[in-house]
Amino acid sequence: MHAENQQKQSPILTAEGITKSFGRIQALDHVDFAISPGEVVGLVGDNGAGKSTLIKVLAGALMPDEGKISLRGQAVHFHRPSDARNQGIETVYQDLALAPHLTIEENIFLGRELIGGGLKRLTGGLDKKKMLERSLEILEQLHVKVRSMKSPVAELSGGQRQAVAVARAVAWGESLIIMDEPTNHLGVEEVEMVLDLIRRVRDRGIPVLFISHTLPHVLEVTDRIDVMFLGKKVVSLNTNESNLDEVVGWITGSKTA
Amino acid sequence: MLPSSNSRGGSLSTLMQDIGDWWTVFILALLVIVFSVTSPGFFSSLNFVNTTVSASNTIILAVAETFVIITGGIDLSVGAVLGLSGMVGADVMQSLLSYGDITALIIGLLAGLLTGLILGAINGLVVTVLEVTPFIATLGMLGIATGLTFLITNGTDIVNLPLELSTIGDAVLFNFLGVPVIITAVVLVIAWYYLRKTRFGKYTYAVGSNSEGTRRSGVNVKYHLFKIYALSGLLSGLAGMIIVARIATGSPLEGANDELNAIASVVIGGASLFGGRGTILGSTVGALIISVLVSGLVIMGVQPYWQTVTIGIIIILAVYIDQRRYRNRVLK
Repeated sequence: MHAENQQKQSPILTAEGITKSFGRIQALDHVDFAISPGEVVGLVGDNGAGKSTLIKVLAGALMPDEGKISLRGQAVHFHRPSDARNQGIETVYQDLALAPHLTIEENIFLGRELIGGGLKRLTGGLDKKKMLERSLEILEQLHVKVRSMKSPVAELSGGQRQAVAVARAVAWGESLIIMDEPTNHLGVEEVEMVLDLIRRVRDRGIPVLFISHTLPHVLEVTDRIDVMFLGKKVVSLNTNESNLDEVVGWITGSKTA
Repeated sequence: MLPSSNSRGGSLSTLMQDIGDWWTVFILALLVIVFSVTSPGFFSSLNFVNTTVSASNTIILAVAETFVIITGGIDLSVGAVLGLSGMVGADVMQSLLSYGDITALIIGLLAGLLTGLILGAINGLVVTVLEVTPFIATLGMLGIATGLTFLITNGTDIVNLPLELSTIGDAVLFNFLGVPVIITAVVLVIAWYYLRKTRFGKYTYAVGSNSEGTRRSGVNVKYHLFKIYALSGLLSGLAGMIIVARIATGSPLEGANDELNAIASVVIGGASLFGGRGTILGSTVGALIISVLVSGLVIMGVQPYWQTVTIGIIIILAVYIDQRRYRNRVLK
């Protein structure tokens, strides 16, 4: 759907020759990756193919042994997750994202609280009003409806919690949003909601890297599908020119380059 | 029970939720009524002063324990740290008497607070750097501090203290307000503000709610936990110095079993030992229940040894209720 735009857009993030070994196991073997603004890229592969190692490298959770990452044409080096976050790369983890006892706005601003002026600046007093306003704004832009901003996120449905996690990433991720299995454990309607959410994020011009085992979801929402096999990126498929059988073939290794 | 200790509303509903589970307030009122009817001496101005003054310590320790328990940890050493801080403070005062009462008083007070802060910081380091579970780290500190408390004077009391000390500790304003109560009120207001209104408080809940998620959000979880245990030590030290001031004696027996009262107060106050839940006002009501119960039992002439029996049973019951509630909730 966005295939024609993405050809013209230069990639916002490129990774070249990313290599990472754990002892004798080569988790990533000279992997190239690129993503452009307004693009949803699916990252698929069997367990142990190197998907999560790759996203950890992109999110700053792991340092590659070799290879370079550039953001907007500039070389970047991520030593820790906060380095990647400071460059606008946000990751939505499948279960670990939210603090269930905190409210939506507290979760969205967790680790980046807005501090008020005067005495509040001195004591770390929170500017609750501003955080609430900003949170509502983001939820509205993403068309996420919640019953109450006052209840802890534990009281939301699984899909709504995922929506809050996405909203949180959208609030801060201006370069890239990585979503690790965001549709796991969700009901049919909730999956639709999350996929819609991904489209809305893309329409805001923010690229999304979507990792999932559920191939129909990947085929439904992505523009491009990168397939990993035994630590290598074996193919990058245009989603609308591909189909489930082809993707499965690449994943299982029955198709090779 | 209220769905959450962390929900929001207008200031009145915030206040109501802060009080936590309403049944605790009823139990407190019930205890006061029962003891007033059964024991003539209970409902008197003198006993009000005595109960609130002795509640001060329980409340301050409960505040310390509230912060720790919300993070999902526990501090078993608050009583022992209270004891050692008091003894160090009293010992410093005694040895500085020749420099003048006021000098001895101020430096001794600071020494007591510093002792608490250092012991708490050690707890924090053991929990965060050595990664020993809070239960064991603070159990170890309980043993260490208890032993050192007796070693300072070989188990004898320190009585040679500045006269001004008990003037402050024993002063009662307007016939009902003991100085320790005023100090406690100040601690409560500051603790409430920090826990509810600041980034420090938000991190405290977040760490207890989802430690790994909080870490991934860029929060330095270990540093925050270190600060929490140091704070707990500092408050225990403050409680220790208040006792020294009140009884004008450094006694190595002070603080023994006080962690029982503190933990019971916090759990009665609606905090969860699983972390993420708890409020200052809830813990305060819990501490008042414990204090009224203890004072009432004393006035009724019940043997003091029954106190820890009662409180032990209360802890087990309160935690049992918490676990039941936890299983039925979506949280985590």
